Amino acid sequence: MQSAPEPDQATPESEGARAGRLPDAERAREWLSTMTLIRRFEERAGEMYARAKVGGFLHLSIGEEATIVGSARALRAEDYLISTYRSHGHALVRGTPPENVMAELFGRVDGCSHGRGGSMHMFDLARRFMGGYGIVGGNLPIAAGIALASDYKGADEVTLCTFGDGASNQGTFGETLNIAALWRLPVVFMVTNNQFGMGTALRRHSAVTDLRRKGESLGVPGMRCDGMDVLDTYAVVCEAVARVREERRPVLVEAVTYRFRGHSMADPEQYRTKEEVARWRERDPLPAFAKRLIDAGVIDEAERERADERALARVDAAVEFAEASPFPAPESLYDDVYVLDREARGRYSVETAAQRAREAGAGAARAGAGGDGASAGSANDEIPKQLSDALAAGEEATS
Amino acid sequence: MAQLRYREALNAALREELARDERVVLMGEDIGVFGGAFKVTEGLLEEFGERRVRDTPISENTIVGVGVGAAMTGLRPVVELMTINFALLAFDQIVNHAAHIHYMFGGQANVPLVVRMPQGAGHQLGPTHSHCLEALFLHVPGLLVAVPATAADAKGLLKTAIRDENPVIFIEHESLYGVRDEVPDSPPAGTVDDGGRAGAPEHLVHFGQARIAREGTDVTVVGISRMARTAERAAQTLADEHGVQAEVIDPRTLRPLDLDTILTSVAKTNRCVTVEEGWPHGGVGANLAALITEQGFDDLDAPVRRVTGADVPMPYSKPLEDMAYPHEAQVVGAVLQTLERTSGSAAAGPRASGAA
Repeated sequence: MQSAPEPDQATPESEGARAGRLPDAERAREWLSTMTLIRRFEERAGEMYARAKVGGFLHLSIGEEATIVGSARALRAEDYLISTYRSHGHALVRGTPPENVMAELFGRVDGCSHGRGGSMHMFDLARRFMGGYGIVGGNLPIAAGIALASDYKGADEVTLCTFGDGASNQGTFGETLNIAALWRLPVVFMVTNNQFGMGTALRRHSAVTDLRRKGESLGVPGMRCDGMDVLDTYAVVCEAVARVREERRPVLVEAVTYRFRGHSMADPEQYRTKEEVARWRERDPLPAFAKRLIDAGVIDEAERERADERALARVDAAVEFAEASPFPAPESLYDDVYVLDREARGRYSVETAAQRAREAGAGAARAGAGGDGASAGSANDEIPKQLSDALAAGEEATS
Repeated sequence: MAQLRYREALNAALREELARDERVVLMGEDIGVFGGAFKVTEGLLEEFGERRVRDTPISENTIVGVGVGAAMTGLRPVVELMTINFALLAFDQIVNHAAHIHYMFGGQANVPLVVRMPQGAGHQLGPTHSHCLEALFLHVPGLLVAVPATAADAKGLLKTAIRDENPVIFIEHESLYGVRDEVPDSPPAGTVDDGGRAGAPEHLVHFGQARIAREGTDVTVVGISRMARTAERAAQTLADEHGVQAEVIDPRTLRPLDLDTILTSVAKTNRCVTVEEGWPHGGVGANLAALITEQGFDDLDAPVRRVTGADVPMPYSKPLEDMAYPHEAQVVGAVLQTLERTSGSAAAGPRASGAA
């Protein structure tokens, strides 16, 4: 078997403009605050999962905060960010209130995807966070499409597309890097190399472990940053974004980092040793950055503690908000399957005039039905009155 | 009114929509310099340029995904896939992404994307280029599915598809590209269609409105895609040789489905035969039979009978291929059986009931 570097040796040397210089004090404080917020949010999300407040899978990005904040802060507000199923931090760094992210985890109506997506499918169009995606590699072509639209409209927006080391083995990786290079699309592809594709170590899933080189044969130059260092990540991604914005061609950035927790909450972590995790935890990006700021005299220990307390308070408020937010109304089950415009009629393939007539008569009496988990999909007369009305209105408008 | 081939009607629809709406962009393998594998996009690169008519690499899943992302952020992409079998490579982007994004993100984004593809047997292209897979797409909430059988519908439905805010799977039939039909330049006299928004009224076919291809009183025959035409020929034979008046319905779109028109017809004829080229299990006919039974049972004098493709991968050899999809004779035979008259014409080919 090919000898791949041990995780410790994979810790990168810096490239590009790396003075590792601190930004101004205000920005430095904001970065630390946001990294702390992500850390505390993720810890609390894990607790809520253990208390069964959160369903499904829960993928935490504890350990990856510097990668998230350093890269996202290299973007302008009008740039797009698109991510994976490990996406809470990406929503938070874009400014989605933690209340709405937590409410999404709780499956509540005030969730940032209105309780339809859950942990893996956060979304915030207004802040140009174009989503978390549950299919490994599924977001890469979509990122290229977003960049195509930017280019087509003559905007100088850039799309930052993050994905894991595991996704670099998907067909969409090669296909998308090729088409992005061919069409000169403004995408920064950022592979967040957290050393594992689920429970399979990098050297066991990828023949080439120097991931920044994986785009070379596709015409996409590579860069690498220390994903445990927010300053290095910021410097490298800034350079990548600037190149992409100016040269109108994609760049691949490998951020070398480490996921401190399991792949999801259902992960006994038998694929790695406690010692390995402990070694990486010595490089924990949060205390490392805080120490840097304290050493430089930007903040003092008391201010660091206050930042932590603020994050904890914000996360408490998020949990309180999520608890108080209602579950989506049963009659909203069919909302937003389709965009119903004035030309819409019979979008639900099994709806008939007879049913619509029945609905009109029985709609009021049936309010609140359908929340019992029965197979509403096959029960045609469960289509809510609201939809019937919309369809009827559409028919009147067009006939 | 003009006589156009099916492919020319599609080409006209694309040309008109490209001219009408700057957001419309075409993408696909060999649609530009080559002019399209079936020449549907011929001349469009020359007319609209490389910015709007884009040859792509052979990367079906990614082409569709690029369309998804571009549609989410303001374009109206029309992606051509060379055959419906190749669409299976793009199933992740079509089902997990295009169909689900509007719902999964709480209605914040939508995907006004058209994915065009031909299907169908008859050209000896064997098991990876010949299937009819509309049932796979029909299954998925979030998608709209159009299956035009005439040049007029090809044009009118494609223009509507491009204007729709939802992802549309637009399934053309490979054997129909050369077929000529009358294609209206504008809506029928006396109707007002504001679909054109600016300029003169134009020929649009709304989704969810079946076409009654032939009126009749004895039996309802629902034909899907090319089979609507096969059913029309069968109806002529039934009238000429058996004195049977069949009503032929072409749903034109499977999602949304104009079940009202079908049920109204069945209430009149009391008998129904469905005709499709796809496989019998979980097919379009199976779905129709269930819906008609659920909602029109009291009107039925006989079970809904299905004519389907044979339950096999499409064979290459010509005699076998001919047996593997329905022809006029099987439709005539199924109709006579449902009318409880004997028939000698359904002996060969696919089983009329779709039994496997």
